[in-house]
Amino acid sequence: MKALKFLIPLLIFIVLAGFCAYALVQNHDPHEVPSPLIDKPAPEFALTRLDQPGQTIRRADMLGKVWMLNVWASWCEACRDEHPYLVEFAKLKALPIYGLDYKDQREPAQAWLAERGNPYDASLFDANGRVGIDFGVYGVPETFIIDKQGVIRFKKIGVLTPEVLRDDVLPLLRKLNG
Amino acid sequence: MAEVRRRLLAALLAVAAAVPAAAAEAPASAPPAASAASIAASAPATVKFEAPGARLTAADPALEARMLAITGELRCLVCQNQTIADSHADLAVDLRQQVRELLQKGRTPEQIRQYMTDRYGDFVLYRPPLKASTAVLWLGPAVLLAIALLALVLVIRKRARLADDQFEPEPMLDDGTEAVDASARPGTLA
Repeated sequence: MKALKFLIPLLIFIVLAGFCAYALVQNHDPHEVPSPLIDKPAPEFALTRLDQPGQTIRRADMLGKVWMLNVWASWCEACRDEHPYLVEFAKLKALPIYGLDYKDQREPAQAWLAERGNPYDASLFDANGRVGIDFGVYGVPETFIIDKQGVIRFKKIGVLTPEVLRDDVLPLLRKLNG
Repeated sequence: MAEVRRRLLAALLAVAAAVPAAAAEAPASAPPAASAASIAASAPATVKFEAPGARLTAADPALEARMLAITGELRCLVCQNQTIADSHADLAVDLRQQVRELLQKGRTPEQIRQYMTDRYGDFVLYRPPLKASTAVLWLGPAVLLAIALLALVLVIRKRARLADDQFEPEPMLDDGTEAVDASARPGTLA
């Protein structure tokens, strides 16, 4: 009984320390909110191409292939960090990469791609950000992987680092295409 | 002495019983309702900068008030400690406009909350629904309070059973009597 009296505060301390350690070790970012869209059908969209305002791309056009939707904008600081990784990744031709140019203007966006390289098969131009809202976008850059049935299978909020591409994206592609 | 302790215990329990009732009135992270109302009053000035919503807002303060009532209970995902009604983040401006349009289409507040959780999850709700993943959030404070009260009652009851010589003696006055009138505490005479 006497020993218990000393053990209880110790146990409480260990539990609290455990929570702290979990938050530190997991590299937990409170800004990364788990998306409810994972394993749900991608929302409907019909947007014009950034480079061809006359041509519209719809959700239905993308069915039958596993593809990546990368949300970016010319005003987005973190997209500048991400872009070289994406340009490198595009060279692997692992899957079609589509951009969603979020709340942007055509001229600066096209200049941005001309300057930094264009990893995208095409960029969808979402001037007012409505499609972004339907995809639950709240922090650009964001990246989705959508399967052949049009279901969202993966979402990354923030920069798509080489580690994420290697450890999450490529294994998922092998699974979805395999 | 025992009588005093018993009365003290009763008083503490009465206070303890009142606390959870007060706590239930105000869930931990819900923003005060007053904030939404005060924003409603200042809204026309704020919203002036939003081109598409500007005329609409001025023409329809009732719609604006309904929009603010809903967005005042939704968390902005960009500045996570602000409501969508409060935040100046671009996304919050867009979402306020979205809520206005949904209200104009005749959607109920419940449908609009569903619209938001479909996209951003329960995380956007300042009053998340009670389910397995939020049970700790809702029940945790009550459970902790119950444990604390139980510990308090056990300690007080244990002390109430102790003989008086287990306690520190009362401080003596200069004339050698105890500070508290001994005749009021028959227990000490024995």
